[in-house]
Amino acid sequence: GRARLSHAEPRARDARSGEEEEEEDEGCYQLYPGHIPTSPLQKALLAAGSACMALYDPYRHDMVAVLGETTGCLALPNLRDKMKHHPEGYRILQERPRIRLSTLDMARLRGLPDGSLGREYVRFLEDNKVSPDTRMPPKFVDDEELAYVIQRYREVHDLMHTLLGMPTNMLGEVVVKWFEAVQTGLPMCVLGAAFGPVRLSARKLQVLATELIPWAIRSGQNASCILNIYYEQRWEQSVESLREEIGIFPPP
Amino acid sequence: AAGLCPCRAVLARRGGALRALCGSRRGLAAGPETHFGFQTVTEAERREKIYQVFESVAKKYDVMNDSMTLGIHRVWKDILVHKMNPSPGTLLLDVAGGTGDIAFRFINYVRSVRERQLQRKLRHHQNLSWQEIAESYQEDKSKSLGDSQVVVCDINKEMLKVGKQKAQHLGYSEGLSWVLGNAEELPFDDDKFDVYTIAFGIRNVTRIDLALDEAYRVLKPGGRFLCLEFSHVSNPLLSRLYDLYSFQVIPVLGEVIAGDWKSYQYLVESIRRFPPQEELKAMIEDAGFFKVDYQNLNSGIVAIHSGFKL
Repeated sequence: GRARLSHAEPRARDARSGEEEEEEDEGCYQLYPGHIPTSPLQKALLAAGSACMALYDPYRHDMVAVLGETTGCLALPNLRDKMKHHPEGYRILQERPRIRLSTLDMARLRGLPDGSLGREYVRFLEDNKVSPDTRMPPKFVDDEELAYVIQRYREVHDLMHTLLGMPTNMLGEVVVKWFEAVQTGLPMCVLGAAFGPVRLSARKLQVLATELIPWAIRSGQNASCILNIYYEQRWEQSVESLREEIGIFPPP
Repeated sequence: AAGLCPCRAVLARRGGALRALCGSRRGLAAGPETHFGFQTVTEAERREKIYQVFESVAKKYDVMNDSMTLGIHRVWKDILVHKMNPSPGTLLLDVAGGTGDIAFRFINYVRSVRERQLQRKLRHHQNLSWQEIAESYQEDKSKSLGDSQVVVCDINKEMLKVGKQKAQHLGYSEGLSWVLGNAEELPFDDDKFDVYTIAFGIRNVTRIDLALDEAYRVLKPGGRFLCLEFSHVSNPLLSRLYDLYSFQVIPVLGEVIAGDWKSYQYLVESIRRFPPQEELKAMIEDAGFFKVDYQNLNSGIVAIHSGFKL
């Protein structure tokens, strides 16, 4: 459902003290746990502020998340529709799976053969010392289904790293952002892709520009929507066959 | 109860008010009801929530103050200490003094007053020998604060921690003590202090009347009560602009700078819930203070209330 945003300021008379209270009604409903209703002005300020802060302090991942939420009003419905019109994507929207340490059977995934999605994913998590639980839950998306879409996008991000074979250093992140920018059209990905390279050395920039970015763009354009894959049911599938199925070209 | 929207809070508040009217003879197990921003909570819940708010914002407290008020809070605090006009030998209790802003200003002020005193003394002693001047200078130098002391009292460990670190970093050590304590029940004896200040703290106290009673108790006869707090703007145009800024910009600043929207939403709501100037004046008078007066700063965005124990 959509949040009804109103700027009405009802004056409520407190029966006890007769005080007049003025409230700023910025949205009448909390649509999901963690939802903070915001006015359009607040969203604009948040978008600008989070963009600046993310550039100033790249370790503020929460700012990148906020930027994604406040600027995704066009791209997210697009993604949701792509999911709705695809059988596997539609199932994901219905069943709302979450990728979390508590829902993943890490021991089983570790036991899978090398080259399988599950095994490589766990290897990626361990090598880069990251966990799927550190993804920020959405706060400023005013539609509960779209909030799930962006949550799914965040949780699938690590799988993108695995499929693209990119580590979590700045270079790897930028490459994944280029891929995601082409795939999702989220302004946050586009901005991240454009401004991320600013902090890289000249040598890395060269590799980026000549090999990695063209490959990421080609793969992104060729691949089907990455949110339409029910990854949790494909742990046994090999990374290569999944790449072929989606349409990601082998990494350089 | 975190995250309740204002709409629901209105209904809850009306319900809460009716319940309170029906009397506490119903004996609500959780305690009497009060407010946390625009939500209705029990007193115990409120104390807990406020503790958590300040625990969470402690490290970014000063940065946030500067961003939200564009540095103007420094001027307000300077004005408070100038109004106090402490002379060397004053014993100050700064309650809810957390990160030490008032305490440091007090020390600076007293130090400069003391220096001027010493200079004046030296000028009068110009017919003494060099030896005698050097001796008298030495003994006065060791008392650069002239026996003035400030006790910073705060209920929140994190805020005190930040304050202590700041003091170390800025080089304040003499005449400064840090005490963990509750404004509603101060760990001090009667008639102890010359001045009691509470800057931007009384809004967060759950029972303001108790805090005022305690203030009266620990002050010496002749002692002064000073309270610096956000208050009510009567000018309608300014009030609208202030509301717009408070509700639209401040929570965003909280999210971007401190990663904490909810604490700053609480802050702006709590300002709206706090009694206006005249009401606070009446409460201070009820506690037994005389010559109670207030001074509006920035058309009432902030007010300094003052009273004396006679």
